[in-house]
Amino acid sequence: MADDKSTHDAGHEREPSYLVAQKGLKSWLFTVDHKRLGLMYLATTLLFFFVGGMAAIFFRTELLTPGPGEISGVLTALGMDPTTSATTYNKLFTVHGAVMVFLVIIPSVPGALGNFLLPLMLGAKDVAFPRLNLLSFWVYSLGALFFIYTLFAGGLDTGWTFYTPYSSNFSGTAVISATFGAFILGFSSILTGLNFMVTIHKMRAPGMTWNRMPLFCWSIYATAVIQVLATPVLAITLLLLIMERTLNIGIFDPAMGGDPVLFQHFFWFYSHPAVYIMILPGFGIISELIAVHSRKHIFGYKAIALSSVAIAIISFVVWGHHMFVSGQSELAGIVFSFLTFAVAVPTAIKVFSWVATLYKGSIQFNTPMLYGLMFLFTFTIGGLTGVFLGTLSVDVHLHDTYFVVAHFHYVMMGGTIIAFVGGLHHWWAKMTGRNYDEKQARWASLFIFVGFNMTFFNQFVLGQQGMPRRYYTYVPQFQQQHVLSTVGAYILLAGFLWIAFYLLASLRKSAAPKEPLPDNTWGGASLEWSTQTPPIEHNFHGQPRVDSDPYNFPQIDRTGGMDHH
Amino acid sequence: MSHDHDSPKAHRPAGAGEPHAFMAHHFNTPGQQAGAAKFGMWVFLATEILMFSGLFLAYFIVRMHYPDMVLAAHEHLNKTAGGINTVVLITSSLTMALAVRAAQVGDQPAIKRNLLLTIGFAFTFMVVKYFEYTAKIEHGMLPGKFYHAWDHGYYIEGSPHIFFAVYFCMTGLHGFHVLIGIGVLTWIYLRAGKGHFGPSYYTPVENVGLYWHLVDLIWIFLFPLLYLVR
Repeated sequence: MADDKSTHDAGHEREPSYLVAQKGLKSWLFTVDHKRLGLMYLATTLLFFFVGGMAAIFFRTELLTPGPGEISGVLTALGMDPTTSATTYNKLFTVHGAVMVFLVIIPSVPGALGNFLLPLMLGAKDVAFPRLNLLSFWVYSLGALFFIYTLFAGGLDTGWTFYTPYSSNFSGTAVISATFGAFILGFSSILTGLNFMVTIHKMRAPGMTWNRMPLFCWSIYATAVIQVLATPVLAITLLLLIMERTLNIGIFDPAMGGDPVLFQHFFWFYSHPAVYIMILPGFGIISELIAVHSRKHIFGYKAIALSSVAIAIISFVVWGHHMFVSGQSELAGIVFSFLTFAVAVPTAIKVFSWVATLYKGSIQFNTPMLYGLMFLFTFTIGGLTGVFLGTLSVDVHLHDTYFVVAHFHYVMMGGTIIAFVGGLHHWWAKMTGRNYDEKQARWASLFIFVGFNMTFFNQFVLGQQGMPRRYYTYVPQFQQQHVLSTVGAYILLAGFLWIAFYLLASLRKSAAPKEPLPDNTWGGASLEWSTQTPPIEHNFHGQPRVDSDPYNFPQIDRTGGMDHH
Repeated sequence: MSHDHDSPKAHRPAGAGEPHAFMAHHFNTPGQQAGAAKFGMWVFLATEILMFSGLFLAYFIVRMHYPDMVLAAHEHLNKTAGGINTVVLITSSLTMALAVRAAQVGDQPAIKRNLLLTIGFAFTFMVVKYFEYTAKIEHGMLPGKFYHAWDHGYYIEGSPHIFFAVYFCMTGLHGFHVLIGIGVLTWIYLRAGKGHFGPSYYTPVENVGLYWHLVDLIWIFLFPLLYLVR
């Protein structure tokens, strides 16, 4: 390993970066460059993150008081049609859930950071199938258009889970366009997963053995395996649901002799593994952040890498824990419960390894690391409460309450989104060639931490006390806790808007650094730090060769005088 | 780490493959490109199997719930037509394999001849399927709420509309794959006409072949499950 200045520049002048190598709108819309596609995914997923987030802000506002009313007031104030609060509330939480799951969390880390980083980390010029990569992005955009159409065609009120027979026979909302949108988005997800799998198998630089891959690549690999194996089942499920709704084929309709629980089995056979599609890439980011910013070799490299694969495998045999009260057989419930506990083992291996990496490390409290530490705190709460819900008898009490809502927000938001935001800061300079304002970033992260915990922590208590999820009204004794949640959501919104503000501000022309930024922002040892910042169009000047592992920091510390933040 | 500086390759590593005109810039060797394409195809086939597996599961659930109905309803499928189609598809897999072999040894006329035969068998399959579907529609043996076979003098006990829903979903999705197959077979037939394929480059023929064998294989399972219940 060499120090931060010399790697790419040995005999090379600076070249135009991928951002300016080609010009014009067409050079972006039809690019096959994985880095540009990564930025396009980043922009679209963040846009939909805003849409989904605002839906949540609206329904949290409705929950300020026990009775109906708040949303109608907000809608009237915005000049929109205030239909009854209950229907609007159902549509808002459905939009929030469906947009966040299908348009934000699933594509966010693989689509944006995965696309940008994977070939760079592997020392490749591009992903294995660059044109397929472009197709994935456009298929994603097409699916997103169906979702947007759904919003304007009267919305959707089934919840993101589309349970039959409500979705197939009773809901009066735009179920077909929404499910068809999710069907299309599934293809984008499959194509991305396939592309990444082949890229990792076939495009690694000479010398990069499986055990010299950065852990982010391992987590993307495990994610890709699930995307490829689980998503096709969602595709056929949604197709059958559309057939059921349009042709009344009778497979899911009890009135015609069909089996509505079959839909739940189909749906969760995809959607439980999909939970790991959402969290595994976050794990990968955290492995990078914790190791780089504590300047210490990652603890338990192989254990972390293989636990990702273990999670991917176990993810396929636990779907029944979503259906403990659906009337499935008791034996199935017991088996699924025990299999669910098994997930805790590889997950705990990861958390302990991260903590062990921090131990006696030289911890830098910069923004990416703050998010890394925040993740350890919030994700661990989310993971442990998952064990409560996997316990058969406890789940009967907690099923469909705010406890479940709090649990999966601690995992999805306290896990994936926090990791995503941390990763965004970690690689922001590499992606854009700009520095964000570190002081503002640290303050904003405090807003996120306080806002997030204020919103969701007391929802565990609410749920345990019996507050059911997806209700627009509640008994007056819960009001205090609901107000706390809503105020937390507002703080969270302020935090995210602040992040958007300083990140966008760093992109202004006047904010351009006088000297190009150093190649290696943080003294990282993986290949993405060895190329120019931002990278050149074909990533590297020659074919990189790898002779050591990506967490070899002490060597860097001795030779390189890099800039410690 | 060190970097190679685009030096002309002094010697080629093992498994690198012979150079050809269809190298993409981001691969280092033709062998890497061919390996990536073939691995990608196998992963794609895995996704296809999982997509169909949902329908197979639905089939087994329906058969488990209504064994007598499935037995009674399946008698109305045309076993002869299904049998002919099975022979047609298996033979088409042979001609497909022969086309791949011809591409590997660079026998240009044999590539085109065998691809054309495969396309011909695929069309034959669709024509037989067309007559089968027409008969089912005429007899009112349709999925779900469209089922009205009693109007045509057919009485099947139970809820046969679910059997025909499964039948049309499974054979419909399979038929759709045959149509896609005709499309990609035609594409490589046209490329074969331009002499694109030979011993150094035959990955597209091989990949289309893999796809076509899978379409054949799925039918091999559909035929006994739907037509040969007894």
